Amino acid sequence: MVNIIVQLSKYLIIILIAAYTFSCFSIFTRNYEDEEKRVLLRQDILLFLLQLVAFSVMFLVTEDIRILFIYAALTIVLLAVILLYNLIYPNVSRLVVNNMCMLITAGMIMITRLSSDNESPYDTAIKQLIFVILGVVFGLIVPILIRKLTFLDKWTYVYAAVGGGALLAVALFAQISGGAKLGFEIMGINVQPSEFVKIIFVFFVAASLNKSKEFKNVVITTAIAAAHVLILVLSTDLGAALIFFVVYLVMLYVATRQPLYAVAGLGAGVLAAVAGYHLFAHIQVRVEAWQDPIASYSGSGYQVAQSLFAIGTGGWFGTGLFRGQPDTIPVAETDFIFSAITEEMGMIYALCLILICVSCYVMFLNIAMELYNPFYKLVALGLGTCYIFQVFLQIGGVTKFIPSTGMTLPFVSYGGSSMLSTMIMFGIIQGLYILREDEEEKLEQRKLRKERKTGYGVGRTAPRKAAKSEPRFEEVPRQRTRKKSGTRAK
Amino acid sequence: MRNKEFAWITYFFVILFITLMGYLVYFTIARAKTFVNSPYNQRQDAFAQYVVRGEITDRNGNVLARTDVAEDGTETRVYPYGSVFAHVIGYSDSELGKTGLESVENFELLTSNAFFVEKIQNEFNGEKNQGDTVVTTLDAHLQQAAYDALGDNKGAVVVMEADTGKILSMVSKPDYDPNTLYENWATLNSDEENSPLLNRATNGSYAPGSVFKIVTTLAYMRQDSNYQGYAYDCSGSITVDDTTIPCFNRNIHGSEDLRSSFANSCNSSFANIGLSLDMSGYRSTAEDLLFNSPLPGELDYTKSSFVLDENSGTGEIMMTAMGQGKTTVSPYHMALITQAVANGGTLMEPYLVDQVTNYTGTEVRRNVPKSYGRLMTAEESAQLKEYMTAVVNEGTGMELSGRSYTVAGKTGTAEYSLVDGEKTHSWFVGFTNVDNPELVISVITEGSDGSAGGRAVSIAGTILGSYYN
Repeated sequence: MVNIIVQLSKYLIIILIAAYTFSCFSIFTRNYEDEEKRVLLRQDILLFLLQLVAFSVMFLVTEDIRILFIYAALTIVLLAVILLYNLIYPNVSRLVVNNMCMLITAGMIMITRLSSDNESPYDTAIKQLIFVILGVVFGLIVPILIRKLTFLDKWTYVYAAVGGGALLAVALFAQISGGAKLGFEIMGINVQPSEFVKIIFVFFVAASLNKSKEFKNVVITTAIAAAHVLILVLSTDLGAALIFFVVYLVMLYVATRQPLYAVAGLGAGVLAAVAGYHLFAHIQVRVEAWQDPIASYSGSGYQVAQSLFAIGTGGWFGTGLFRGQPDTIPVAETDFIFSAITEEMGMIYALCLILICVSCYVMFLNIAMELYNPFYKLVALGLGTCYIFQVFLQIGGVTKFIPSTGMTLPFVSYGGSSMLSTMIMFGIIQGLYILREDEEEKLEQRKLRKERKTGYGVGRTAPRKAAKSEPRFEEVPRQRTRKKSGTRAK
Repeated sequence: MRNKEFAWITYFFVILFITLMGYLVYFTIARAKTFVNSPYNQRQDAFAQYVVRGEITDRNGNVLARTDVAEDGTETRVYPYGSVFAHVIGYSDSELGKTGLESVENFELLTSNAFFVEKIQNEFNGEKNQGDTVVTTLDAHLQQAAYDALGDNKGAVVVMEADTGKILSMVSKPDYDPNTLYENWATLNSDEENSPLLNRATNGSYAPGSVFKIVTTLAYMRQDSNYQGYAYDCSGSITVDDTTIPCFNRNIHGSEDLRSSFANSCNSSFANIGLSLDMSGYRSTAEDLLFNSPLPGELDYTKSSFVLDENSGTGEIMMTAMGQGKTTVSPYHMALITQAVANGGTLMEPYLVDQVTNYTGTEVRRNVPKSYGRLMTAEESAQLKEYMTAVVNEGTGMELSGRSYTVAGKTGTAEYSLVDGEKTHSWFVGFTNVDNPELVISVITEGSDGSAGGRAVSIAGTILGSYYN
């Protein structure tokens, strides 16, 4: 009987997430604010239904009351997140908030399921919940900070010094875990500085390129960025090194509008990768495991092979919760959570998760396009790219699309550093977005005063938006920004 | 700052993710099975908790493997034909693992596509579902004939349909009875002299002997456009540098062209041809015929090997050209080469699983014949066909001439012991109904001591006879 429920529930869950994912993109075509609101509300309902179904099934299978407590706590936390964002920041992109909650939910379901077999059951699920709460607090504070700190674009070299210094400290002093130097143990908590340095790095690049796009400055900025990447390679954190590299290229290309820089950078990157392959044994091992994980099963291929067994066994619809064996995948809760999810929830569900991540990115880039301040534009672009490229490296790695680099899947994987840094990233972008709304209001007020002075009528006869904002690239879907109805001007 | 660049970046990442998702879809459709079926995947045993392992049948529905469930729920895997299908069907044992089709099709056998109402009923009653049936391309009648024809010889037989690549029969001897595998495991597993567990058809690495002259002939045809004008005077042996290659039984074949050299299987002439070949071209012809390469098909196999290159010495070249030397090949691979010759140069992908049905016979999935690729041109294959017909009509394979069906083929005798010249493998590869090829057959027997026609030809004749009568 329970098995039937498990089997039916997996289809139900797939339908729920598919409907949710569909609305993530269909919302880009909505033109009216109230209709958009309805879609967002529907997303929330789908989200909480999915949670309800998944946790009920897990409870039915395990008959462990603790699952219900985790469920209740998670629901309350996410409800609070959605309400708080709406209350404190009515101007925030609610699609991003919803997506964030959906990804956290997907992660929490699998972490709860996996941690039921742990030595102390559900320990990681509870810890993850705490990380979520901590993260949300930060995520809520950050937008305020962004608003207050108006000098963020002046600290170019402070960012470089702090970020580079932190990475250097890791390279020199950190203990090795899992073949890579990643972090420090502080009061029993493993902190991974590179997760946070990513953010600082984006600020550094944005500030520097915002200041000057002269060739000389580009060279200096590139040298400092390259130093970051090099330190990461030396501390064998290849995933982070790649992220820094790609984020820098993207920001450089957009800031300078020089495709040549991007091409040259890419070329240099390929050369560096080839050189790295020949120089470092740990890169060769990764590539070997990628080429044929079964052949190197007893060694480096073990993790990826296990991951592929899980994904393959899951198929399109998954085995159903507690009906697979995701516990046989190494580090299933962190690096390989995507495989664990795919095994029990199915490939369709997994593809939906990917699309939700992509939806976040499209939204971020839309926000970046709508911003006026070039520094903030670059920051939004950099952070968004940071996020999406990590998702790509992560999922591509565990599915053998590309060599595995050992990363966490933001919001989904278990881990405090990852959760916190992603929350902060999302918070900053949301903060920038709110800032823009402020700017726009200021702009409109100024315009209004001007209109009054010049004797035009009180009504807005002039076009609402001045030619100040350039025409947007219309082909990119653009829901996101709240429709500014004229009545909002004060 | 313009927004155009932002749009480009968005497109770039969106395309990147579409590629990734495309790969995942491809993986789920095409690649997943390989990983699911990997012997390292511990998950498969978990399926057995919910599903009774399905049946394996031949093309006509004869059961080759089934699971009997006793009153108390104990399951026993039964193989009604005993050792006849031992290697190709393989075995499935919770402790000893799985081989053959039992291993390859494990996922299908442990998946139930029974009618969903029935599955729900089973669920309520706490009973297991019946796994799917794997319908093979094998023909129990022909398999039995091949098994009997091989008799007590060590060796292997592969028979397949020429135009589809369907494998009708695959026998390997010595064999074992999968029904009593567990009891006899210690003996079977330690018998290194006979290695009864080895599927010689796919995993046997044999010296090809004269059947390799097909490869040498093709290489020569490719390198010398005037191959029809080839002439050689055989005096029973050839000596170049310090190597002497004798013809079989020191037969003196006299004046020959390429056709009669092939039909007579003249070693001296082929050693002579080998010396005239450009080694890299020779090697690439061999590799076109899938030496040193992966082979298509479901079962595990041993790669064939061809080692000549520019640095090879005269002796080795001469040996290799007539089928000795370091070249190794499996009977399965020789069947593939023969099939390509029969099919005008195109190799049809060989397969063993015709369809998967649920246990009541409703189709779940069906395999259709697929071309694997072209191994040689139509002209080349037509020429080889003619030479192989000559072998049967006027050469070493005359035993197979004058039957109700036509045969084209190549015989072979491979020495595998340098000390004891008597110890030779006997080969035959060929196909029937030459104008519209029907069956492809590859036979090897180990340690035969017969004439050039050898034991393999007779065995092939017996098997084909039982098919056509």
